[in-house]
Parts: sequence; C-alpha cells; structure tokens
Amino acid sequence: MSSSTRWTIVVVLLLPAIVLPLLVGIYARSEPDLWGFPFFFWFQFLLIPVAALLTTAAYQLTKSDPRPPENENDPVETLR
Amino acid sequence: MNGVAFGVFIFLFLLVTVLGFAAARWRRAKDLNSLDEWGLGGRGFGTFIAWFLIGGDIYTAYTFIAVPATLYAGSAVGFFAVPYTIVVYPIIFLFLPRLWSVSHRHGYVTPADFVEGRYESRPLATAVALTGILATMPYIALQLVGMQVVLQVMGIGSDSDSWYVKDLPLFIAFAVLAAYTYSSGLRAPALIAFVKDTLIYLVIIVAVIYIPHQIGGWGHIFDTVEQSFSDFNTQNADAIAAGQASPKATMPSDLLHHAYWTLALGSALALFMYPHSVTGVLSTRSRSVIRRNASLLPAYSFLLGLLALLGFVAVAAGVKVTNPQQSVPQLFEDQFPAWFAGVAYAAIVIGALVPAAIMSIAAANLWTRNIYRAFINRAPTHEQEARQSKVVSLLVKFGALVFVLALSKDFAINLQLLGGVWILQTLPAIVGGLYTRWFHRWALFAGWAAGMAWGTWLAYGVKSPTQDHFGGPLVNLPWSDTTKVYIAVLAFALNVIVVLVLTPILRAAGVATGADQTRPSDYTADAGDVDVQPELDPEGATR
Repeated sequence: MSSSTRWTIVVVLLLPAIVLPLLVGIYARSEPDLWGFPFFFWFQFLLIPVAALLTTAAYQLTKSDPRPPENENDPVETLR
Repeated sequence: MNGVAFGVFIFLFLLVTVLGFAAARWRRAKDLNSLDEWGLGGRGFGTFIAWFLIGGDIYTAYTFIAVPATLYAGSAVGFFAVPYTIVVYPIIFLFLPRLWSVSHRHGYVTPADFVEGRYESRPLATAVALTGILATMPYIALQLVGMQVVLQVMGIGSDSDSWYVKDLPLFIAFAVLAAYTYSSGLRAPALIAFVKDTLIYLVIIVAVIYIPHQIGGWGHIFDTVEQSFSDFNTQNADAIAAGQASPKATMPSDLLHHAYWTLALGSALALFMYPHSVTGVLSTRSRSVIRRNASLLPAYSFLLGLLALLGFVAVAAGVKVTNPQQSVPQLFEDQFPAWFAGVAYAAIVIGALVPAAIMSIAAANLWTRNIYRAFINRAPTHEQEARQSKVVSLLVKFGALVFVLALSKDFAINLQLLGGVWILQTLPAIVGGLYTRWFHRWALFAGWAAGMAWGTWLAYGVKSPTQDHFGGPLVNLPWSDTTKVYIAVLAFALNVIVVLVLTPILRAAGVATGADQTRPSDYTADAGDVDVQPELDPEGATR
C-alpha cells in the first residue's frame, strides 16, 4: 500500500468519528428506545465504541507506515 | 453531619495528604528548589503514568459535579460532554503527534515555545502564554466549587448570611490546595493520582450500577425524569413565557441543535490547548504512544456518560437541592451506606484537588518559562525559577478564587466554558503552525486579539436569572433571534477570518514574516531519530 493511500484511509476512518457525534439532528429523538434508554442517549453511547474501533484501525494503519518519509513535498506528508 | 461518613472522609483525606508530603521526600534526586524538580517531578515519568495523568484529567469535579448538575437542572444541552469526549480523540490523533515531534526535536516544553520558534514572534508567544494562564483560572475555579459543594452536603459550613462564614468550606479547600502544591510541586499530585483514580473508579462503578438498580432501573428513571420536567414546565408556564425561568428538557430541541454541537466541538478543540494537558501529552515516550492512547482513552467516555446521567438518577430518586451541583453528593448521601458515602466524598474532593494542583503548576511553569525568562530575568538561577513558579501557582489559585466569588457558582460548568472561549483563540497559531507556515505572524496576533475581545464581550453580555454578566456559554447566532451557539466557536470563527484576510495583505505589503526554526521533517520525527530528545528538558534548548 502506498503512503498516500494509507493516509487517505486514515482520514476516511477518522472522519465519521468526528462528524457523526456532531450531527445532532440525526439522533435528537426518543424513539426507538433500548433497555429503557431513549434513542438520544443510547445512540451516543454506541458512538463511543464505534469511534474507538475506527481510531484503533487508524492507529494500526499508521503504525506500519514506512519511515522515514518518502517525499517531504508529498501533500499527504502533512498528515503524518 | 453523619459521623461515620465524616470519619471515613477525614481518614482518606489525611491519608493522601500524608502521602503527598511524603512524596516530596521520596525519590528526591537533587534539591526541590529548581523548576525541574518542583515543576516536572524530576521527570522520568513514563508512558503508563502519563496515561494515568491524561485519563485522570477527565475525571475531575467537571465530571462528578458540573456535568450531572446541568442534567439535574433540566438543561437540554448538558449531555454535550459525551460527544465532546468522543470527538476529542480523533482530533488528538491527527495533530498532537506533530506537536510531539517538533517539540522533542527543538526542546519546546510549552505551546508558547513552539509558537516563538515557528514564527519568531515574541508578542504572539506571549499572547499564547498569557491566554493559557488566564484560561486555566476558571478551570481551577470549577474544581474549587466542586470541593465546596461536597463539603456543604457533608454539613461542614453553614447557611449563615455572612458571606465569609458561608464560603468557609471554600477557603478551607483553597488553603489545603495551596499548601499542598506550594511545598511538593508536581510529584505529589502525580503520586496521589494513583490513589485518586482507584477511589474514583471504585465509586463510579458502584454508583452507576448500584444506585440505578436501587431506584428501579434506567427505564423507570427516564420516565420519571420526563414526567418531572413536564410537570415543572406546566407549573411554571407563566415564568417561562416571561423569561424568568428556563424550560426543562432531557434532550435539545431543534433550536438548540447548534448549541449542542458547538459546545461539543468547541470544548474538544479547546481541551488540548490547556497548558496542563499539553504537558501530559508531551511527556509520553514516543509519538505513536499518543495515537495508541487516542484509541484507548474513549473507554473513559463511557463512564463519563453514565456519570452525567446520575443527574437524572438524582431527579428520579427524589433528591431536592436548591443548588443543582449538590445533587450528586446528596444522591450518594441518600443512597449509600454512611461509610461508602464517606469514600465517595473523599473521591470527589481528592479528584478535584489533584487536577487543580496540576493545572496551577502548569500555568505557573508557563509564566516562568515564557514571561519571566523572556522579559524579566534572562539568566535566572534554579532557585529564582522555582520561587517564581511557586509564587505564581499561588497567584493563579487566587485568580481562580476571584472567579468563584465574582461569578455565579450555580453552574460551575460555565466557568470552564468561559476558559474555553479564551484558550480556543490560541488554536490558529498552534495547530495552524503545525501544518503550514503560510499564516502571517501579525495576522495570527490580530486574529487572537479580535477573538479574545469579541468572545469576552459576548460572554460579558450574557444574562442569567441569577446574574447580569457572564451568565452562560451561549449567545444567539448573529442575525438570528432564536438559534443559540457556543461563544467560543463564534469568536474562533472571527479569529480565523481575520487571519485569512490579513495574511495575504501583510504578505503583499512585504511585512517581515520572521525566521522559522523548524523544518518539515521535524514534524514527523519519532523517538530514536537524530536530534530527538527522549525527555524534554525545561531548562535547555530555547534558553
């Protein structure tokens, strides 16, 4: 896997972990409830392990990234 | 006052106090009268302790007192603390490894060091340092309020009309904190952090499992709270229509969606601009450790969410307190056997004391390193530096006390959110600088000044039922009478616009951009690379 592909995947993995919790409109409602928890609450609790899994996957990808950088002028270099 | 609860509380409190003062003697390498020893515990704290310190930063009076209080009071946006602590970790993942790398290659200990090295701008570095010190004060104030409400629920203090007698528990908490930090520096809170975290996890696990079970389960709790809030809204319909009371709700209405997400995003962006959290992150052993921790730390958010819901549990359990911040300690008093209530009180108070100590030390180091050494005494002795930091750590706590006494204590979370308004204005210079050198140093300075001024002005103008100024973190979006947003994000937007507009103008006018100490490869360097310092020396490099 090339470095730029790797870092594109990292961003694609992390983006939902940042954006989903901020889209209040999709989860600010009571139904359906789960074990007595309104949707608003259990959905946000569900986002925690989801975000953790995405971040862990991103970490595994970055861990095996070859170093030193192949090309300092490569735009993906700014993500590393 | 319950004798058993009080006895257990005092026992645990004295135990950690003794431990704290003993820590000053334990593993003492040289004398305590240097900044290295006092301010950074002699360093040598590895990854594991750093993880504890960073994780422990999240469990403060903020989590135990301030957040549940907003839910207890029926503030529809109170649960924003959960998306806040979800969003913060991917953000850390992306930019903090770069800050780690450049700091470890150049020996930067504070964000202000980095800003000075990157932009060759002392005014900008000073602005970043002063903002860090200022913004830490209301955060410490929140911890003081947290200690105070626990002491009040325990029955220490009184309802006397004299403000001095009424605030006596606060002064006691303040004096203990001050004595503690002054004499032992960072090594005491670092050692006590283990005891603190053990106590806190014990109390959290018991509280979120045992109490909801006692009260009839989560379904019953949510139903009772909905009923209680809608009863309140019916009974107070006139006052709500007249703006004298706020309607209660368990989740944000359409109009509050923007308030909810801006509070979460603003807090997340602000958290790792605070001096104490930067210190924690930079003390990790390698840049990949930061990313690993970012994927492990969300486990904390789950418990934070359950703790926040204790505000609802208190409503369902029939806890009646006039100060919403007393709801969780009062819930513990009502539901726990006396001895465990004592353990819980001690956990909260120690859980507020430790971060308050760490925060005031980080702010004091910022002063000594970026202001005292830059302007007042360019070649100080170790003793002079340590004395500066000790005295300033006291002054920072006095500043915190002023925030507590001058502003309403009903919702201490507003204090922390006010700090967020200020600290967020340092983000363009710090995070922007990690990615690009395009921003002009004077544009960044102007953006910071504009954000600080407008943010403070907006916060000053917020009225609440209890005070005329600094009454809350939300204002109406410009050109809107109904949509509320977090002030920090508005001020930040202005800050960024000023930077983006002024940068091309200043560049076109040929205003000097300053020399850049750093090279692109500095931002990706890892432990083991050439010139990467395994541990940051607070007295070296940029001196």
